[in-house]
Amino acid sequence: MVDNNLLFQYLLRLGDDQQILSQRLSEWCGHAPTLEEDLALANIALDLLGQARSLYTYAGEVEGAGRDEDQLAFLRYENEYTNALIVERPNGDFAHTITRQLFYSVYMDLHWNALLSSKDETVRAIAAKAVKEVDYHVRHAAEWVIRLGQGTEESHQRMVEALEEFAIYTGELFEMDDLAQQMFKAGVGVDLTLLRPEWEQQIAAVLGEAGLRMPEVNWMQTGGRSGEHTEHLGHLLCELQYMQRAYPGMTW
Amino acid sequence: MYSQGLIGADGSTVETEEFLEAFQKRVDAEQKIEPNDPMPEGYRRTLVRQISQHAHSEIVGMLPEGNWITRAPTLRRKAALLAKVQDEGGHGLYLYSAAETLGVSREELTDQLLTGAAKYSSIFNYPALTWADIGAIGWLVDGAAIMNQIALCRCSYGPYSRAMIRICKEESFHQRQGYEILLTLCRGTDAQKKMAQEAVNRIWWPALMMFGPHDSASTHSDQSMHWKIKRFSNDNLRDKFVNATVPQAEYLGLTVPDPNLKWNEEKQGYDYSDIDWDEFWRVVKGDGICNRDRIKARQKAHREGAWVREAALAFAEKRAGAADAARTAAE
Ligand SMILES: [Fe+2]
Ligand SMILES: [Fe+2]
Repeated sequence: MVDNNLLFQYLLRLGDDQQILSQRLSEWCGHAPTLEEDLALANIALDLLGQARSLYTYAGEVEGAGRDEDQLAFLRYENEYTNALIVERPNGDFAHTITRQLFYSVYMDLHWNALLSSKDETVRAIAAKAVKEVDYHVRHAAEWVIRLGQGTEESHQRMVEALEEFAIYTGELFEMDDLAQQMFKAGVGVDLTLLRPEWEQQIAAVLGEAGLRMPEVNWMQTGGRSGEHTEHLGHLLCELQYMQRAYPGMTW
Repeated sequence: MYSQGLIGADGSTVETEEFLEAFQKRVDAEQKIEPNDPMPEGYRRTLVRQISQHAHSEIVGMLPEGNWITRAPTLRRKAALLAKVQDEGGHGLYLYSAAETLGVSREELTDQLLTGAAKYSSIFNYPALTWADIGAIGWLVDGAAIMNQIALCRCSYGPYSRAMIRICKEESFHQRQGYEILLTLCRGTDAQKKMAQEAVNRIWWPALMMFGPHDSASTHSDQSMHWKIKRFSNDNLRDKFVNATVPQAEYLGLTVPDPNLKWNEEKQGYDYSDIDWDEFWRVVKGDGICNRDRIKARQKAHREGAWVREAALAFAEKRAGAADAARTAAE
């Protein structure tokens, strides 16, 4: 039997990852380097938002306390969000955004595919829809990484800096804390450590084609899964929660 | 969105009488003019001007609404708004392509926008201050755009006409969505109703301005009508819009900010106050609340994206070079 409270926490965690990255990507809307990228980044943000909504809605049902997707998305305190740190990092320049996108999308591609055999029927259904979406996210990011890596000296250099910045946030994605362990044991979640070799291989392949390499990292940032965030999340939440906090309890 | 009554198009042309007559005959026979057909230079220029103004309006129009994506009050509203702003970008892309069929590049047109040489609909030089503005923009601004664009679906130039047909479908979805936002606010708390009324107060007049100057002051309208680029006059469309919109405002329980608004039984339409034309021209000429911010935002995106576009170009050239080399080696 799956502990409902644990399942609830697990769904929130997955939902937070998608929501926070969606929020970040939507900041680009109207400001991207090309019109095509305005559309592409909005597209990805929309996919992630849709995934977050399914996860939050299901989390609310599992919790059974009458909270809907919006109450879960908007009305928690900062340390109650358990997204990985990588998704809350500011967008930076386009190379930064694309690097984060490559790291994250390849990870989620593997993650969602593994969740296709989750024992939880709803999680399986959400994963089945997500695998189709994330496939495009990976292609989009990989194509850009190769273009930027091989493009000009400047774009190459910007990619090197972006890799440098985001590499230290990738370790957290594969952490198996107590919650992750329990969900894995219950057959709902995934052993994330098993995804890592494949992730490393795929990233190395893309970077190789781009003429780039993964920087040496001897220590990884962590904290998001236990609600200890970077300074950036609070500001993101100020915007995200503004309406719900300023006009509590209203229907929109 | 959004076409506006065309600003400052020069419809002059230099072709022979016979050529112009033959062209006019085709137009009068409702034959669509296609990209490779011979056309008077004035016709081409007017269309480039109008289509590009329209495309720029879609792009600049992403900014006031984009300003609310990260603050949308619910996930459902956020998804709808993000999708709407994305639609507008798609309209821009589609319209730039239609303009390109007339022999101008997107780069040239973008340049005209960034240097201030080209205009866009002045509605986007007004700010979106509250969430209710997102409702009012959808309802009134997309609504006014539809009035203009439905008329343009029958434009004599094929690619523009087809673009309009496709775009109109999405615009009417945007309008319903905007109206539904306001309906929700109007059924909500006092604070929400107040927010809705204030948004309508702000956006009503700028929305009416979207139809352009009075017919009597719109110098290039006649030629455009003659060429069937334009099929209804500015005032005509504006009247239609007011007549369609006032009952919708009443249903919402909101007041239209015009003390002289009154049903005229005889003409079966509303009488309403004259637009503040000083404000109209002031905003068109660059002194609206947001003109400078809008252009600066576009310039910034363009400038900061330059290295990305250069990299993409350099990469494409490398690829093409490699493909050429491979082909040569194989021969
Ligand atoms: Fe549009
Ligand atoms: Fe629209």
